[in-house]
Amino acid sequence: MKSRSSVKPRCGEYDAQAKSYRWRSSVVLGLVVLGAFGLAARAVELQLLDHGFLAKQGDDRSMRVVKIAAHRGAITDRAGEPLAISTPVDSVWVNPQELNDNIDQLPKLAKALKQDPQFLARRITSNLDREFLYLVRHMPPDQAGHIKALGIPGVNLLREYRRYYPAGEVAGHVVGFTTIDDTGQEGLELCFDQLLNGEDGAKRVIQDLYGRYVENVESIRAPRPGRDLVTSIDLRIQYLAYRELKAAMQEYRAQAGSVIVIDVDTGEVLAMVNQPSYNPNDREQLKPGLYRNRAATDIFEPGSSIKPFIMAAALASGQYRVDSVVDTSPGFLKVGTKVFEDETNLGTVDLATILAKSSNVGTAKVALSLKPEQIWKTLTGLGLGQVTGSGYPGESAGMLSSYAHWRPIGIATLSHGYGLSVTPLQLAHAYATLGAGGIKRPLSFERVSGPVPGEQVLDPKVAHELVQLMEQVIEKGGTATRAAVVGYRVSGKTGTAWKSFAGGYSTDKYMAVFAGLVPASHPKIATVVVIDEPSGDLHQGGTVAAPVFANVMSGALRLMDVPPDDLQNVPAATLVQASDTQ
Amino acid sequence: MKIGKLMPIVLPVLWLAVLGSAMQVIYARHNARNMFVHLEKLNAERDSLEMEWGRLQLEQSYWSSHAFVERVASAKLQMSLPQTHDVRIVRP
Repeated sequence: MKSRSSVKPRCGEYDAQAKSYRWRSSVVLGLVVLGAFGLAARAVELQLLDHGFLAKQGDDRSMRVVKIAAHRGAITDRAGEPLAISTPVDSVWVNPQELNDNIDQLPKLAKALKQDPQFLARRITSNLDREFLYLVRHMPPDQAGHIKALGIPGVNLLREYRRYYPAGEVAGHVVGFTTIDDTGQEGLELCFDQLLNGEDGAKRVIQDLYGRYVENVESIRAPRPGRDLVTSIDLRIQYLAYRELKAAMQEYRAQAGSVIVIDVDTGEVLAMVNQPSYNPNDREQLKPGLYRNRAATDIFEPGSSIKPFIMAAALASGQYRVDSVVDTSPGFLKVGTKVFEDETNLGTVDLATILAKSSNVGTAKVALSLKPEQIWKTLTGLGLGQVTGSGYPGESAGMLSSYAHWRPIGIATLSHGYGLSVTPLQLAHAYATLGAGGIKRPLSFERVSGPVPGEQVLDPKVAHELVQLMEQVIEKGGTATRAAVVGYRVSGKTGTAWKSFAGGYSTDKYMAVFAGLVPASHPKIATVVVIDEPSGDLHQGGTVAAPVFANVMSGALRLMDVPPDDLQNVPAATLVQASDTQ
Repeated sequence: MKIGKLMPIVLPVLWLAVLGSAMQVIYARHNARNMFVHLEKLNAERDSLEMEWGRLQLEQSYWSSHAFVERVASAKLQMSLPQTHDVRIVRP
């Protein structure tokens, strides 16, 4: 500017100068436009072309999808008493890498967790390649809250549910238990796992640098809680059976035992207990020998308790009537190489007496006179050699060979309960079928309402006659007088079977069995008591198992409001006319 | 021809509609977040109630467990099961 004012430029010079300025400004303008285009192109690239990728990268740094644990359904007994419930707990987990950066905080954490600091440090350092490590599973939420409040980076809580079994040992076997991850492992927990199990939900949250949840953004999937299961178990009867079985086990120093109580009209299992038992709340006790549900999984040779089924086959064949007589003298019977004998020579007796005295000779004679197919058909019809249809996990089908292979000696052996095996549950099911007038209903562990359809496997007349025949077992002179229940007619059969082992039968180890139906005039409850290896002087089904039956039944009949059907034999002093009272 | 004539009116209306719906989106989004936060709060409340309910259920089933009741009845209250000869059956 100064030069222009001092030296007046000539025209040509001025033009050249202006020209050079115009050139410069167009370059600047071009650059600006280019820059603008560049920015626009970049904006298009970021906003339109790479948008998805970049948004995802951004979200990955702050958004998290977290699991919402679903609540597992409760298991209750038929009256709604809880047998298994889930309560929320917190599990403490750490990110070892993150915690290792704040290793100075470790003693504080160890103190809060009540763990040895050195042990904890070793666990952290030996898992440095991992990003997730459980420190404590299933802590009460208030305690876990204190841990979280320490504010140590890398220490986190996970909401989970822990299963509690309020009935504990009483219903331990039938209810079963879950794994630590809350899925069914045994018993009804496994059987109805699908129903009980909920579906975990998910939600999206925004997380800050330290892993704290800043904001809940949205719910992706609401958790679907599991449904509740109402079982067929009546906890009152269950407890009664548990107590009586435990007492009998101690009294007779037995190895094991089972009691099963079934509602005849519906096929519901009202109680199922085993000894030895375990407390499902204590994971230390979960040893296979203890938690095996013997009533459903263990098979045994039923001994004489099968004799009523042979009589059922006899009556169903039409060859025998209720009052038919059989000559059992001279008190023993030789079949092939084997001799079957009774304790005394009973002479000529009717079918009821054969059952009442548990005559081996009588039963064998009856069985041998029948067609093998008839026996097989009756036994199979009653469910022997098949699973009961309860769907109970691990249930055994027992063993019953086909009649095509039966020889006379086999039939005679079979007639008093050897050479075939059953589970206590099967035996109870078969008795329930007899009690239900020959209608076989599937066993159920779920409470059922309304009439249950069943399969007619035995002529109703035969079934009723049989229940009457079995009443003599409990009456005076029978083998199970101790199964009597005051005020009720009882129908049942004892069994005392030698236990088999590799190579033959033991002569001093027994299974004592009693299977029965009450009230005999119109059976409502079928019960089987099995006591394994009673080791005192007493070992017969009639002396060891029958009293357990009587005690459980007198309580169960009262609890179920079953009216007495045998007031004639009640001592006169206990009877009161309604009008006599106020 | 007709559209061309209406353009000056249609364009601002559409612009306003776009703006309005954008505001609505913002509002709805904000609302949704607010409600979700509220839902979370209620969920937390439900969880704590559930915890308490579970605890109470366990407590109740402990106090009412048959074994416990039986122990108290026989030891503390000197009660016993009526024997057969103590029972009277009332005939209708």
